Amino acid sequence: MKAKLTATAALMMAGALALSACGGNTSSGTTAGGGDAAANLDGRGPITYVQGKDNNNVVRPLVDKWNAAHPNEKVTFKEQTDQADQQHDDLVQHFQAKDAGYDVMAVDLVWTAEFAARGWLQPLKDKMAIDTAGMLPSTVTGASYQGTLYAAPESSDGGILYYRKDLVPTPPKTWDEMMGMCSIAKANNIGCYAGQFSKYEGLTVNAAEAINSAGGSVLDKDGKPSLNTAEAKTGLENVAKAYADGNIPKEAITYQEEQGRQAFQDGKLLFHRNWPYLYNLATTEGSSTVKDKLGMTALPGTDGPGASSLGGHNVGVSAYSKNKATAADFLKFITSEESQRFFATQGSLAPVLTKLYEDKELVAKLPYLPVLKTSIENAVPRPVTPFYPAVTKAIQENAYSAIKGEKSVDSALSDMQKSIESAGAGS
Amino acid sequence: MSTATAASTLRAEQDKGRRASQNREKWVQSRTYISAAVILTWCLAPAYWMVVTAFRDVGFTYDTSLLPTHVTLDNFNTAFDTSFGNRFGQALLNSVFIGVVVTAVSLLIGVFAAYALARLNFRFKYLVLGFILGASMFPGVALITPLFQLFTNIGWIGTYQALIIPNISFVLPLTVYTMTSFFREMPWELEESARVDGCTQGQAFRKVIMPLAAPAIFTTAILAFISSWNEFLIASQLSSDKTQPVTVAIASFAGAQPNQIPYTAIMAAGTIVTVPLVILVLVFQRKIVAGLTAGAVK
Amino acid sequence: MATKLGPTPVKSPASGGAPTHHGPKGVGEDNKILSQGKWAAWLLAPTVIALGIVIVYPIISAIMMSFQKDAGLDPATGLFTAGGPAGIQNYVNWIAQQCSAPGGGTLACPPGTLGAQFWSATATTFFFTIVTVTLETVLGFWMAMIMARTFKGRSLVRAAVLVPWAIPTAVTAKLWLFIFAFEGIANKLFNTSILWTGSEWPAKWAVIIADVWKTTPFMALLILAGLQMIPAEVYEAAKVDGATAWQRFRMITLPLVKPALMVAVLFRTLDALRMFDLPYILTGGANNTTTLSILVINQIRQGFNAAAALSTITFVIIFLVAFIFVRFLGANVVEQSGATGKGKK
Repeated sequence: MKAKLTATAALMMAGALALSACGGNTSSGTTAGGGDAAANLDGRGPITYVQGKDNNNVVRPLVDKWNAAHPNEKVTFKEQTDQADQQHDDLVQHFQAKDAGYDVMAVDLVWTAEFAARGWLQPLKDKMAIDTAGMLPSTVTGASYQGTLYAAPESSDGGILYYRKDLVPTPPKTWDEMMGMCSIAKANNIGCYAGQFSKYEGLTVNAAEAINSAGGSVLDKDGKPSLNTAEAKTGLENVAKAYADGNIPKEAITYQEEQGRQAFQDGKLLFHRNWPYLYNLATTEGSSTVKDKLGMTALPGTDGPGASSLGGHNVGVSAYSKNKATAADFLKFITSEESQRFFATQGSLAPVLTKLYEDKELVAKLPYLPVLKTSIENAVPRPVTPFYPAVTKAIQENAYSAIKGEKSVDSALSDMQKSIESAGAGS
Repeated sequence: MSTATAASTLRAEQDKGRRASQNREKWVQSRTYISAAVILTWCLAPAYWMVVTAFRDVGFTYDTSLLPTHVTLDNFNTAFDTSFGNRFGQALLNSVFIGVVVTAVSLLIGVFAAYALARLNFRFKYLVLGFILGASMFPGVALITPLFQLFTNIGWIGTYQALIIPNISFVLPLTVYTMTSFFREMPWELEESARVDGCTQGQAFRKVIMPLAAPAIFTTAILAFISSWNEFLIASQLSSDKTQPVTVAIASFAGAQPNQIPYTAIMAAGTIVTVPLVILVLVFQRKIVAGLTAGAVK
Repeated sequence: MATKLGPTPVKSPASGGAPTHHGPKGVGEDNKILSQGKWAAWLLAPTVIALGIVIVYPIISAIMMSFQKDAGLDPATGLFTAGGPAGIQNYVNWIAQQCSAPGGGTLACPPGTLGAQFWSATATTFFFTIVTVTLETVLGFWMAMIMARTFKGRSLVRAAVLVPWAIPTAVTAKLWLFIFAFEGIANKLFNTSILWTGSEWPAKWAVIIADVWKTTPFMALLILAGLQMIPAEVYEAAKVDGATAWQRFRMITLPLVKPALMVAVLFRTLDALRMFDLPYILTGGANNTTTLSILVINQIRQGFNAAAALSTITFVIIFLVAFIFVRFLGANVVEQSGATGKGKK
């Protein structure tokens, strides 16, 4: 009898722990309402800034500088891991727990709408407003949801078409021109073109670029899918056709940024779409064979520059923060010209301020800036939608099949369309 | 058991077949060495590639020469360099600390539970066994969110216990099942004869049964330690800068450029993490298993 | 070994079905069961409590969430609103592969949604489990038999076997991704140009090879511990009786190692059914390598409640597998070892 009691007691203890924990937070998973956007607007005091790994050691010096000037509103810098998925999940965990411990956070472009729609990000208006006048317009669009700015653009990024200037005298302006030059690649026995076609976020970037460059779009102005257009078909077909006839080498289906960069640096590609970081490595790395043969131009479009997918990060303020006034000041501090210049020189991060792209000193240090400016000016943010995780899966899944030729471009686009419609229909 | 008699018969018979079996033994022995070589190759070849890459200059990450080329120690320096906020040294200590506590605690309470399940009579035994096993059936990825909320409510996020307690729960089912299965195989008669000789039950367990169970306990300890050493998912969300284990520290390694994956530094970290563990096991294996089992059985 | 003290079996308690146990001596039988029960409760309490906090609580909370709808978007405000009770809709959606239709109601999930992947992920998970666990068992058994022999350099082999397992999975996955890259060492070494992560069967084999490499040591170690508990005399006696190597393996090694083997296989199966990091990092789930756990984490990012339902379904699937395993393959440690224990006497 006693034994049974003890055993039952043990089980009950475990159960009780479970129940007491349930009590506070049952709705956490399902909750929709976010924090109170009107609260703590005048709060001042120490805050925490959260972002992924600070690879180039740019954030720490900036934070030190801020702290020296603001002894009563010190910023603590919390680094997350280097993987975007984990950064996303970490933020979601803290938001769901309504944690006031994360005040300001780096928000990937594609999470901004989701976090805004959940009510987790403080709208940057009225007291929280920041000046966006000098910023590249596409970066501002990428930080806004339904016309309201929810985060401050911190750094930008855009695709660049790298080419071998020893083999290609004048870079192509359009996709068709580029395909026409593939005979050069064949003559030299190398691959013609590659982007990132492995099934991951990079494929969404590339597929969206193909569709946008051909004049289509993934979502229309109301956030509804618009993939059943001739333009979208042309865009995706361009890539699928190039893969089928070998202009895109077959191994490109396994390429993420690094594998593609490696192939290009080894001299195995004539054209390669990648981010600005390739420039820094391809010109310095010991194994690079293209150090002096590296050409850069804007992505090719239908009759002019194509539409790059926009990369980069925004910085948002948590709706649960207690010290939003300090947070707002800190946002202004990191988007200031001085900080932006520091990001660029120290960390090779593309600035969001237009005028820095013409800055002589910066261009001397980062020769890709003029090309990047064209790229970002023509850039389209990846679909801005609170359902981004579902949308990107729909694009990856179907674009991958279409490129590999397992599915016709038509049915891939129609499945994409239906999947995105279903995601938006809610449950 | 009839083994004792069989063994003595054996000794008498042994001389007869000795010569014939000598040739056979040589053949068996050389086959053993061939097998051992195959096992070594299979286990070590990929690890070799890890080590070679770890010593390679980052600019030659994708070099495929089989022998080390462009050898450098930079990657190891990068791993331990604290100026970029890497806390690899601290993370190593954290992992050791967490691993030791998890192993010790889970073995202790696992041995209790296994003893009860193997040796005692009580009701609901199958329910308890099922309950313990059931704990290994829920997708680990789905445990994080509820645990995060639970630990947030009690202010545990970023503490050592927030990492230790989940790890204990992850290794407990295996510990209990392994120990139970081994305890069932024990010649418990020995324990009883020890008690006849005047030992208390506790003494008999400690002095007679535990040494016999040493290989099993040692194996279980390795399993528990390594699984806690490898745990990543929970730690990535529940640890802080101060408590993060090596797995999280490695995942935070970043290249000098955005988008760059620092394979060479990751492989260096992997090497640093693996080598001490193997040495540790090697030393313990000799000391504990060889020592204790030899002393006890014979 | 002490054979003289053949213990008196204690009568099975009322719960029935339990095999005979040898209790400590002393006091009357009724008291004994009572005091044993008390002891058992104390000895088991820490385990039960630890599992209760970390495992039971999340399971209960997941089950509760799984009966809620996921938040939907309020078109007027552009904000998410709580979904309300869903009944068993989340479960139906997964199993019947139904997704929300734009005008309300549901439709068959179009390719590109996670819902469309449920059954293929289930099949993939089972495929990986069966292949990896079989390979690991065979290889692990073989490795354990070699390591149990006495030969020079045995401890070197024992330490080497640990290496794959001691490397953290996060590194292992990256290492194999690196090895299986198109320009990687695998293709170079075998002079092939296989798209390891870019087509269906190579991708599956890449995952299988990496998993077998990583976890065979786990099997080998557990089986080795089992082998070490077999007294050498048993083998020698059998040799004298003229048993061939195969007979010795079948009649002695296998039955005596079975309890340890079954525990190893059971836990490997449970782990393989929840396989996550390796395929996630190696292939990102492309080319039919999406397992149920990958589907769960992808769904967590799209909606927690549907993910909770999927976790619960996974839990039930694994529970059924474990149940079949224990019931029909005799993997029950208590019952099984009781039987072998008797056989030995």
